[in-house]
This record gives sequence, structure tokens and C-alpha cells, in this order.
Amino acid sequence: MAQELVLVENVDKSYWRDSLEIPVLRDITLKIKTGDFLALMGPSGSGKTTLLNMIAGIDRPSSGTIRVGDVNVSSLSESALAGWRSSTIGFVFQFYNLMPVLNAFENVELPLLLTKLNKKERRKQVETALGIVGLEDRMKHYPNQLSGGQEQRVAIARAVVTDPELILADEPTGDLDKVSAEEIMVLLSRLNKEFDKTIVMVTHDPRAAEKAGTQLHLDKGELHTE
Amino acid sequence: MKILKIVARNARRHLLRTSLTVIGLAIAVMSFAVIRTFVLAWYSQADATSPNRLIVINKVSLGFSLPLSYYGKIAGLEGVTGISWAQWFGGHYVDESNFFPQFAVDQNSYLELYPEFIVKESEMEAFRQQRNAAIVGRKLADRFGWSTGDKIQLVGTIYPGDWDFLIAGIYDGETELIDESQFIFRWDYIDETMKQESPARSGYVGSFVVQIEDPSQSAVMCDRIDALFANSSYESLSQTEKAFQLSFVAMGRSLVTGTEVISILVIGIILLVLTNTMAMTARERISEYAVMKTLGFRPFHIVGQILGESLLLATIGGLLGLGLTMLLTPIIALALGTFFPIFKVAPVTLVLGFLAAILVGFFAALFPGIKAVRTSIVDGLRIID
Ligand SMILES: Nc1ncnc2c1ncn2[C@@H]1O[C@H](COP(=O)(O)OP(=O)(O)O)[C@@H](O)[C@H]1O
Ligand SMILES: [Mg+2]
Repeated sequence: MAQELVLVENVDKSYWRDSLEIPVLRDITLKIKTGDFLALMGPSGSGKTTLLNMIAGIDRPSSGTIRVGDVNVSSLSESALAGWRSSTIGFVFQFYNLMPVLNAFENVELPLLLTKLNKKERRKQVETALGIVGLEDRMKHYPNQLSGGQEQRVAIARAVVTDPELILADEPTGDLDKVSAEEIMVLLSRLNKEFDKTIVMVTHDPRAAEKAGTQLHLDKGELHTE
Repeated sequence: MKILKIVARNARRHLLRTSLTVIGLAIAVMSFAVIRTFVLAWYSQADATSPNRLIVINKVSLGFSLPLSYYGKIAGLEGVTGISWAQWFGGHYVDESNFFPQFAVDQNSYLELYPEFIVKESEMEAFRQQRNAAIVGRKLADRFGWSTGDKIQLVGTIYPGDWDFLIAGIYDGETELIDESQFIFRWDYIDETMKQESPARSGYVGSFVVQIEDPSQSAVMCDRIDALFANSSYESLSQTEKAFQLSFVAMGRSLVTGTEVISILVIGIILLVLTNTMAMTARERISEYAVMKTLGFRPFHIVGQILGESLLLATIGGLLGLGLTMLLTPIIALALGTFFPIFKVAPVTLVLGFLAAILVGFFAALFPGIKAVRTSIVDGLRIID
């Protein structure tokens, strides 16, 4: 049996608008094993992004704990979290979120600037990552010179370039046409199968979810297995 | 470092906004530097004075005279090493708008007390030879194209009529601070004329210049001189040459202070403009900062970008402004003519102008930077959602 990589235990999350409490997630418990490809589904506003953000350490639970590997994510300081994220998590956003002033190569190189790698080592790693997503020939292109699908592939290259254990993708196909969405899903499954990456993907799209090994449903802040 | 590349490229994203901000900065820094140059030029009028010269005038005001007979009494005081006198003429050359200072002086003693006015011995000789001879400053001679031997005419106001002069010599200032725009001629020329035309005005002078042995005794010497003439019908007021010059300068002091305040205000306004630019910039990029934070970049990376861009704009604007200042001041100096002895940008002004730009760059980034750091990743990412 593969061991657990992510452990979400009794997590509650509320947001506060003025003095009004908005409960978002209630008593969530979830285990994700190394090598899993999990699809997190559910209607809009059900708390999928919130859960993903908490696993990524960019948001904090109101109560409960989140562990990734040996690390108790919910207890780390901001700066410790930043360092931990840069080495452990690869994050893919719905809207790609590439830096418009950087070309494809530089966007993918960005996370490596926080490592000790020298220029040559960075170049090698960036080229490998862009090779995996099939964009070696678009390295000098700026985001506004790429299609949505290509942008998302650059974003995936950026997420894997540091070779993180865990890839978190928030509706990675949500803004793409069918063909591009299909390409992204093929790419994510390859990362999961060929490169043994553990993936948690939020999606609305049932066809996208099919590519994942496990499907979980969030509804009104509660988790349901299929 | 890559972050610098991002800063440089970000600065070009809104070229129009960036350019306008930089131009605004340049104009502000230029105004600051030009105004400061003007103010320094204003005060420099009093810097060319000698600590061992006293000026004695009528206690009532500069417009009243003193009898020449005071000469001997002042000269007899202990501690006085030289004395001469001068009379303001107040005429004009060809046109009333051609202003420059004209002094009628004693041809034998006056220039001895002003060694910083450098005149050739042969020209001094000529000055002493002929009653209507004049010695003029280099700048003044250049302005009207006069040279030694020229005959010119001034129109008198205090002393009515047309007055003919022979340019006997041209003086150079010993240093840049020395006013080279004076027209110096012989007091006996007007006095002889007065003797014939209005005898009651003969024998009076506007001021005595008194050279004293020990500058530290100037206050005591002033009191001693004034005591000589206390309770007479021509009471005197003695002061150091510097105090005397400053009393002129002080007449325009509130104007000068007002101008200085404006130069500070201009810097304040440009601070608001740049802060606004940087706030807009930072707000537009809030999701980019959130992405960078997600990737593991720290608050100082984010602040570094905002500060870097702000300082970049401030530096370009500042240098541009100082460049404009250097281009503009010679033109202004030309336009002001002989009004100020010197009108030049001091190195300190350049340093202060640049420093002001850098400070503006720093403070403009402060609040946008703090806001960008305080915005949580989640809120930053939700902006585009
Ligand atoms: N930063 C926040 N402040 C206030 N409410 C929030 C915030 N983030 C999310 N919410 C609310 O929490 C609920 C779940 O949001 P989210 O996790 O984005 O849902 P999903 O990704 O499933 O569409 C929504 O009702 C949303 O309005
Ligand atoms: Mg969502």
C-alpha cells in the first residue's frame, strides 16, 4: 500500500464578512495517497478552491489540521510556508496566471530563482519541463502570443519544474475549449502515471474527472465519496 | 538578478502613464533646482562683502545724505585704517529699463578699499586724470559692448540732465561672487556740477566706506562712529557691509521664502502623483503578486519590485530634471542679465534635487508596497475570479 501524502483532519473553514460568519467547509476529513490522482468536484461555491488552497498552504483552516508528508501545514509560519510551498507544491490556476512580462522560458524559470541552481542547471530544468508539456519551440513566446491551451501548458511546466511531490490544479480546463482541455487532461494523467506525481484537481467537468483515479464531491461544505 | 528584469519590463507596460509620471518628476525636480538656484543667487549678493568694511549712512534712511565733512572725524578714530565715500547716481543708459548700479566715488581712495575689483594701473591712472572718467565692470561692458576709450552718456534722475562719460577702464572681479555690473565714476564730477547748478546739494555723500583694523571690533567701531554724530542734524547709522547688503536682500525676503515654499510644495505634489501611479500599478498587479507568493516568493521580493519600479521612475525623472536645469539656468542667467552677480547651479543643489527625487521614489512605493504585502494570496487571486 502506498503511504498517505495528504491528511486533512476535521477541518472547518469559515470566512468573516464584517462580523458575519460565512461557513464554507464543515468537518472535512480526507486522505490522499502518494501517486493518487484525485478529482474534487462540486457545484460552484461549494468550497473546492478553499480546500485546495488550504492544502497548498495559501489559506488556513479555522480548525482541524492538514498534514502533507511529515509537515503540519496548518501550524507553519508564513515564511516557513512560503519556503515549503516552493519545494513541495506545484500549483496550476484556472486562468494560467503567467507573468505577462516574462516569456514562456522565463515564466517556467521563475520558481527556480528561489533555488540554489545556477543558470545552466536552471536552463536544463526549464527545457526539460517545457519538453514534457511539448512547448520547446515556444520558449521565447510571451503569454499574449500563446493560445489558452498553450498558456496552461506553460503554467503546468512552471508547476513541475521544481519537481514537487504534489500538484494542485484548480479547474485547469475551466477556461479552455474541448480540444485544449483534452490535451491538458492527457498531460496531467501522464504526469501522474509516468512521473508518479500526486495530483489533486478541482473540476466541474465530468469528462475531465474521469481521467482521475478517484472522484470526491463537495456539496454545501461537506465531502461525499462517489 | 531576474527581479530587476521584471522591474524594468513592468515599468514599460503603461508607457504613456510612465512617461507622464517621469515628465512630471523631471519638471518638479527642475523647478526645485531652479528655484533653489534663484534663492542662493539672491543671498549671494551679501556673500561678497568684506568683514573689515563698515558702511555709514544717514540714520533716517539711505535716501538722505551725510556731509562730506564727516570724513575727517571718522578718519581720526582709532582703529580706522581707511575711509572713502560713495553716492548712488540712479541714472540710466539710453533706456530706463537698462538698470545697473552706478556709484559716484572718490577716485583716490574708493577702489583702494575694494581690492577685489581688479583694475589695471594704467586705467586707474586714466581714471584719476579726467573728471568724467568711469571704471565699469566686465559684465556691464560686455552687455553694452563698451570698451576702454568709449564715450557714453547716462541720463540722470537724482541728478537731472545728460551726463557724458569716458570709459577709462574695465574691472574684473577677483572671484565669481564679485558683482561685475557696476558703473563707477568720480564723485567730484557731480559735485562740481552741483556747485554751479544747485549749490545746496554740493558737499554731501550717500555713504562712507570705513575700513577697520579688527573685524571682531566692528560693533564697537559702529557705535563709536555713530556716537560722533549723535544729536547732530545728520545722525549716522553704521553697520558692517554684510549687514548693509542683507538689509537690501531682506526687502525681498518674504518673496524669496514664498518661492522656497513653492519649491517644496512642488516636490510634495509630485510625491502624490508618483504614489498614485505606483498605487495603480500595484493594484493592477495584485494577482501577479499573489502568484509569486504562491510560488514561494517573499514579501521583500514583492516590495522590491514596487520599490524598484518607483525608484527607477524617480531616478530617470530626477536625472532628466537636473539635465533640464543645467540647460535652462544659463538661459535664465542671460535673461536676468546683471541682476544677480552670479546665477549658477550649485553642486549641492544637484545633490539635493537628486536626493529629493530618490526620497519621492521611496515614499511613493511605501504604501502601495505595504498594501501589496498585506493582501493575502487568496484575496489577491480572487481579484480576477
Ligand atoms: N476570501 C473569501 N472571503 C469571503 N468569502 C469567501 C472567500 N473565499 C471564498 N469565499 C466563499 O466561500 C465559498 C466557497 O468558495 P470557493 O472555495 O471559491 O468555492 P468553489 O471553488 O467551490 O467555487 C463561497 O461562498 C465564497 O463566496
Ligand atoms: Mg473555485
